[in-house]
Amino acid sequence: MAQTSAGGPEPLRIEADVLVAGGGMAACWAGISAARAGAKVVLVDKGYVGTSGVTATGGPGHWWVSPEGDARKQAIDKRLLTGYGLADPTWMERIIETTWRVLPTLASYYQFSVNDKGETVYNALRGPEYLRALRNAAVDAGVTILDQSPVLELLLHDDGSVAGANGVQRQQHREYSVRAGAVVLATGGAGFLGGLLGSSTNTGDGHLMALEAGAELSGMEFSNQYSISPRWNSTRTLIYSWARYFDADGKELDVLPDNDVLERALIAGPVFALLNECPAGLRKTLPQIQPMTLLPFVRKGITDVYEKPFEVKLFAEGTIRGTGGLRIVGDQCETTIAGLYAAGDTATRELIVGATSGGGSPNSAWALTSGLLSGAGAAALAQSRGRRADSKVRAQGTAGLRPRGSVKPVDRRRVLEAAQNEILPLDKNVFRSGRKLRDSLGVLEAAWRELRDHDLAQGADAVIARETASVVATARLSYTAALARDESRGMHQREDAPEQKPEQARRLLVGGLDEVWTRPEAQAQWKPTHV
Amino acid sequence: MFELIIRDRCNGCNRCVEVCPTNVLEPGPEGIPVGARVEQCQTCFMCELYCKEDAIYVGPDRDKREPVNEAQIAASGLLGQYRRDSGWDEWASNPQYDNQIWQLGPYIQAGGKRSVERVKLRIAEQAKRSETSDQGVPGQPKQGL
Ligand SMILES: Cc1cc2nc3c(=O)[nH]c(=O)nc-3n(C[C@H](O)[C@H](O)[C@H](O)COP(=O)(O)OP(=O)(O)OC[C@H]3O[C@@H](n4cnc5c(N)ncnc54)[C@H](O)[C@@H]3O)c2cc1C
Ligand code: SF4
Ligand code: SF4
Repeated sequence: MAQTSAGGPEPLRIEADVLVAGGGMAACWAGISAARAGAKVVLVDKGYVGTSGVTATGGPGHWWVSPEGDARKQAIDKRLLTGYGLADPTWMERIIETTWRVLPTLASYYQFSVNDKGETVYNALRGPEYLRALRNAAVDAGVTILDQSPVLELLLHDDGSVAGANGVQRQQHREYSVRAGAVVLATGGAGFLGGLLGSSTNTGDGHLMALEAGAELSGMEFSNQYSISPRWNSTRTLIYSWARYFDADGKELDVLPDNDVLERALIAGPVFALLNECPAGLRKTLPQIQPMTLLPFVRKGITDVYEKPFEVKLFAEGTIRGTGGLRIVGDQCETTIAGLYAAGDTATRELIVGATSGGGSPNSAWALTSGLLSGAGAAALAQSRGRRADSKVRAQGTAGLRPRGSVKPVDRRRVLEAAQNEILPLDKNVFRSGRKLRDSLGVLEAAWRELRDHDLAQGADAVIARETASVVATARLSYTAALARDESRGMHQREDAPEQKPEQARRLLVGGLDEVWTRPEAQAQWKPTHV
Repeated sequence: MFELIIRDRCNGCNRCVEVCPTNVLEPGPEGIPVGARVEQCQTCFMCELYCKEDAIYVGPDRDKREPVNEAQIAASGLLGQYRRDSGWDEWASNPQYDNQIWQLGPYIQAGGKRSVERVKLRIAEQAKRSETSDQGVPGQPKQGL
């Protein structure tokens, strides 16, 4: 381990076949699948498995298409169009089929809701109940769960394959080290600490750890999805599908899903939402659909939420409902590092949604399926290769753990805010241009160098140091990819290159920390693999 | 953000400390947890959901604390709303709080359709009214957002 906190308890040493990092839906499905395949599984989450991450605070509606007729073909064709050449129909079919087959098997842990016709509705789940169910299912499958135990860095064997991870049990002030035959990264998307509901834990730690180990990422240019909410808190968003919007002069705005009127208006000044179109039935049932939506309004003393306009904000989602993440190179969600798998929002979702956000239902079907596949793949690999728990390994952490230069106090809040000032604002991240991206990259590179060279932290403080470094590193990769893609495609729109260029209908790979590189993917890589 | 724990209600189980995803809370010296790192609070209300005594009050603003009076909050009827509306624990047997999440999709679709129709109608009307003026279309089309 990089540092031993003076006077703290003895570090915890754990051995397992499979280590799962993360505690959202992807991590839980991965843990369940690996344990059911007979592997000894340890699952470590930064927070608590049940409340952490965007699944727990959300209500994921899974991609749900019946095998009857040509419904699936139609659903896939529709998504291929909005994928703008970057999605893969084989993967889409796989996640639709797996979700259809597996989700109902959760019925002994989750009470699915029943519609007005008396039919059980399997695809729509409420986050806290879903995660509570997955936690129980994981425990029953034999998964060992460590809550409040963020992973800080990966361990590699001399042959470059993954050997485990180091982390800290932040409530016990105890460091831990897990040696495992395979590792699944399911630490969620990289949310840049932009305030999106449930995303404070999702700082892109998995991305940073994987980058340090030499992994490749893909689709990081598609990291500019935003979520509407009252200015003072990111809440659930169902009611906004009925909203009307006004500027400060009371002029109504022509906001459509496929124009940028709202974004432009928010750059120009305050914008207000009016919910008076919400039908009576919705008003009555909302607390049982999304129990959290009205709660903050009530506590703000806003009792006439449906009658009076209130100020809104777009909260940045980073890669969460963007589409990028760790590059997947095999049909069990293998990354480019041997023994390292990626699932859920940590992985690239371009395979299923290409250049368009998969928020509306593909993402959770992906999180479920990639969890199951990576868990099974990791279990099989660990069982065939063994844990190799006694061999010499190298810890990969850089910024915050092993500074390259002289250790100096680093004002992490200032560094974080400098990076956020480049990656969060709509005028920089939605309305992109080469000039703006280059300017931002200058700031982000300086921020990275400062953390890499000087920051050193221990214990719970190391968690914050690593989170800061993760935000900076993922923001930098995102803009590096956005600069390299000098065209407009899907959610990536360049003011200085408004056309879609046919020769750029390829995924864009990105990697590196000191020297960041990009390269178009040569060809589809997901050949069947057998472990 | 996390505001306070009603001392009379708290039984000291420390469940909230365990479940807070951002590690805001810490066991307190008098058996009642304290907000040790409130600046990390993501205002997710999860601690309230898991507190069976309805002893926790989280303020609505994710950017700043808005201090409240403990006695007033205890009497306000606001405590425990999330747990009750979610139909957890003792509320599970009350059909009034049954999980209605299946209505989410239909309402989003209906709302989205209605909003698009309304805006398109207004754009068409505006275009008719200003047929002779050369005002451009406000905003640009975007893809995929
Ligand atoms: C508001 C909102 C609404 C959405 N609605 C839908 C929808 O209707 N349909 C749909 O398909 N998708 C939807 N999505 C997307 C969907 O919720 C996600 O794709 C899915 O929940 C991702 O699951 P996950 O397990 O990858 O991530 P998460 O659930 O975010 O879990 C990530 C976990 O990683 C942990 N973690 C982070 N860093 C570390 C570390 N260093 N060490 C250990 N653990 C760590 C976190 O604590 C967390 O538990 C929505 C997303 C949002 C934000
Ligand atoms: S969960 Fe509730 S009762 Fe238990 S310690 Fe926390 S505030 Fe007190
Ligand atoms: S609201 Fe969420 S983040 Fe804040 S203290 Fe409660 S559980 Fe923790």
